[in-house]
Amino acid sequence: MAKQIKGVLGEKLGMTQVFDQDNRMVPVTVVKAGPCVVTRVRTPERDGYSAIQLGFGQVDPRKVNKPLGDYLRKHGITPRRYFVELRTDDASEYTIGQEISADVFEAGQHVDVTGKSKGKGTAGVMKRHGFRGLGASHGTQRKHRSPGSIGGCATPGRVFKGLRMAGRMGNVRTTVQSLKVHAVDAEKGLILIKGAIPGAAGSLVMIRSAVKKGATK
Amino acid sequence: MHTLIQELEKAQKRTDIPPFRPGDTLDVHVRVIEGTRSRIQHFKGFVLRRQGSGSRETFTVRKVSAGVGVERTFPVHSPVIEKIEVVTRGHVRRAKLYYMRDLRGKAARIREKRDVLPAK
Repeated sequence: MAKQIKGVLGEKLGMTQVFDQDNRMVPVTVVKAGPCVVTRVRTPERDGYSAIQLGFGQVDPRKVNKPLGDYLRKHGITPRRYFVELRTDDASEYTIGQEISADVFEAGQHVDVTGKSKGKGTAGVMKRHGFRGLGASHGTQRKHRSPGSIGGCATPGRVFKGLRMAGRMGNVRTTVQSLKVHAVDAEKGLILIKGAIPGAAGSLVMIRSAVKKGATK
Repeated sequence: MHTLIQELEKAQKRTDIPPFRPGDTLDVHVRVIEGTRSRIQHFKGFVLRRQGSGSRETFTVRKVSAGVGVERTFPVHSPVIEKIEVVTRGHVRRAKLYYMRDLRGKAARIREKRDVLPAK
């Protein structure tokens, strides 16, 4: 049961639609994936778990602090903007400084995509939790989108912890699982993923082999 | 929109689509796959609207078939379309001809354009 998870970091560019070979329209998200570089290999002997660390994006070398800058210089890697670890059991097969680009995936594979969802600000319970609100008519007054009752009276005499209410929505790490890779353009470093992925255009996303679709061997 | 997406859409666009506008009468040759063999089906009517841009643009064709109005929407750059024939150019003063849905018989005619300028 060794999990061989492949992954790459990228920038979400936006959505469009393309035609497949059966002439059907497919909604796709375009991701500019890679080039990423392996910056560290975690092994069970030294770190207690098996993973690789990927670096992605450009950053001004003057703005990198000394511990990180020295570490990267030692291995001859230019500084990157983002660093993300990817848990995979075959981490020992990677070497530090190895380049990873969009061609780790091919069309037809399933992937999980992680990103930071768009912030929605303060949102009510209907938008945030999918509550149904109160009636539109039948004498409902100024309460059409309210949650209704939030608990009992003297028993229990308090509101339970974790009760879903209005508040900040979005701007959290979100993963969408088992999306299909529609096409990969290795030359331009583009991955076309069927369906929507979290985040705004231009935001960082991580594409990994799907956990629930045959990533375990 | 990101230029890389625009490039991607440009590659999807077809170059063999003739220019046409709302009000024009079209004969759309549609490829229909029945089981294993494919044949061409004609859909003839006037263009009710064009919508969208780039490779995502669509158009709607309306015709009256056996007294019942039928509308069909196609993506302009769909590979399903074998050919688009422009039968006549219509003289209309709207981009969306929704008012045509309420008209019947003689009123539901579109004047033909006299001076056919190279449209669009």
